[in-house]
Amino acid sequence: MLYAILCYHDEDFVGSWTKEQDAAVMKKLAAVQDKLKKQGRLGPVARLLPTTSATTLRKDDPPVVLDGPYAETKEQLLGFYLVDCGNLDEAVDVARDLGAANPGGAYEIRPVGLFQPGGEPK
Amino acid sequence: MTDTAWIDTALSSARPQAVGALLRYFRNLDTAEEAFQNACLRALKSWPQNGPPRDPAAWLIMVGRNVAIDEARRSRKQAPLPEDEAISDLDDAEEQLAERLDGSHYRDDILRLLFICCHPDLPATQQIALALRVVSGLTVKQIARAFLVTEAAMEQRITRAKARVADADVPFETPGAVERAERLSAVAAMIYLIFNEGYSAGGDTAEIRGPLCEEAIRLARLLLRLFQSEPEIMGLTALLLLQHARAAARFDASGALVLLDDQDRGLWNQKLMAEGLALIDKAMRHRRSGPYQIQAAIAALHARAATPEETDWTQIDLLYGALEIVQPSPVVTLNRAVAVSKVRGPEAALEMIEPLSSRLSNYFHYFGVRGAFLMQLDRNDEARMAFDRAIALANTSAEAAHIRMHLDRLMRDSARRNAKAVK
Repeated sequence: MLYAILCYHDEDFVGSWTKEQDAAVMKKLAAVQDKLKKQGRLGPVARLLPTTSATTLRKDDPPVVLDGPYAETKEQLLGFYLVDCGNLDEAVDVARDLGAANPGGAYEIRPVGLFQPGGEPK
Repeated sequence: MTDTAWIDTALSSARPQAVGALLRYFRNLDTAEEAFQNACLRALKSWPQNGPPRDPAAWLIMVGRNVAIDEARRSRKQAPLPEDEAISDLDDAEEQLAERLDGSHYRDDILRLLFICCHPDLPATQQIALALRVVSGLTVKQIARAFLVTEAAMEQRITRAKARVADADVPFETPGAVERAERLSAVAAMIYLIFNEGYSAGGDTAEIRGPLCEEAIRLARLLLRLFQSEPEIMGLTALLLLQHARAAARFDASGALVLLDDQDRGLWNQKLMAEGLALIDKAMRHRRSGPYQIQAAIAALHARAATPEETDWTQIDLLYGALEIVQPSPVVTLNRAVAVSKVRGPEAALEMIEPLSSRLSNYFHYFGVRGAFLMQLDRNDEARMAFDRAIALANTSAEAAHIRMHLDRLMRDSARRNAKAVK
């Protein structure tokens, strides 16, 4: 089963990482991803740009375009992974490995209902 | 990341909000900073054992406040006169309300903290130093290093700035819309100054001063998170991101300046560019133009050109024309002339900058640009004179090295020509 691992973190905190700290976290995360890739379990991975670059379309009638992310919470959606896992325990283990490489914040683990790979955008 | 490094990051990321809230309580910058320091000391003891709090800023505000109040109570027992005015919201019953207010005051707290650093009585260098110390929490040593001065000199500069700010009348009421807009634009200008302080460094000091650019970007993102719908703050952030994205390509191995046309575009930081381009796109939707947005739009046109030849100079010329209207300055006209030279040729460009000569008679870039136009027109003797003047006015060795490169080329050209003439 495909699971989405949604990454939530405090942007003030992540934004305060030095270049070196950021690179160190990314390197550790890459090691976890490599392991999953070799097992053929890793789907698309995305790191989103800061929420300041986000725009929200509220589907009112007529729709309204707003600046900023949808949720006004301290911890924001900053990225996601799609990982193939046999069951929830396996998905939690993957999140634990990722969490050890990237401390703080939270992962939301959500089973995926429909997945269309869509190919690489050009 | 080691645990202590993690705590340091958490403390510095919570700093603007925490010091801003403590400033509102105590209405005194020194007291607020001291309260924050005390709270940090407790955090260093408590967090490794008990784990991090869910909201580090709220924890630091609460603890900082309580420690300060305890100290005030203790000193009240010793002194006959209470210092009630020194502390607001002492009553425990009010505490809950005060915490709830924190959420909504958050924006204005941070804005106020930034705003007191850009008091108009402070010279620009003091504004920047104060903001880096108070808001960013850089140490005096770090700031001194970035400004290339001694620690003692920087300490003195910051102390002086603080004394001036303490005398100044900083309003603590929630600002009205007009006042908020004024504060916002003063703060934006100060963040831009911080960035320029790092950006204008030569190749030899770029590494030491570069962190100033990163700090300015961090503050700009922070400001934009607080004021999500302000197109000029989007423009400012975009401008800083797009400029800084080119950092790795701006100097060659010997530290000489590399002009935009000659930069290796493969060295441009794609992630910063993408963020900058996304922000300028967002800003444009508001159709409320301003100087930061126009400058960001110009930077965006450079960013979007995969090669120098693909640069849309016509559009850049138009944008500089718009900038001349909202923010007239001889430097803007000088920049526009570069675009004009690409669109209509060096003759038209030279004509455009001729009237600027008296106002820019001590400006390095004026003579660099003038020399380049003259060189394109094969007026080599005049070009050499302009370049000589530019070298005399260069602010950094990188600038001088860049001009010397032009002079060398002129020498080679004239040598070649002489050789031909002899034949």
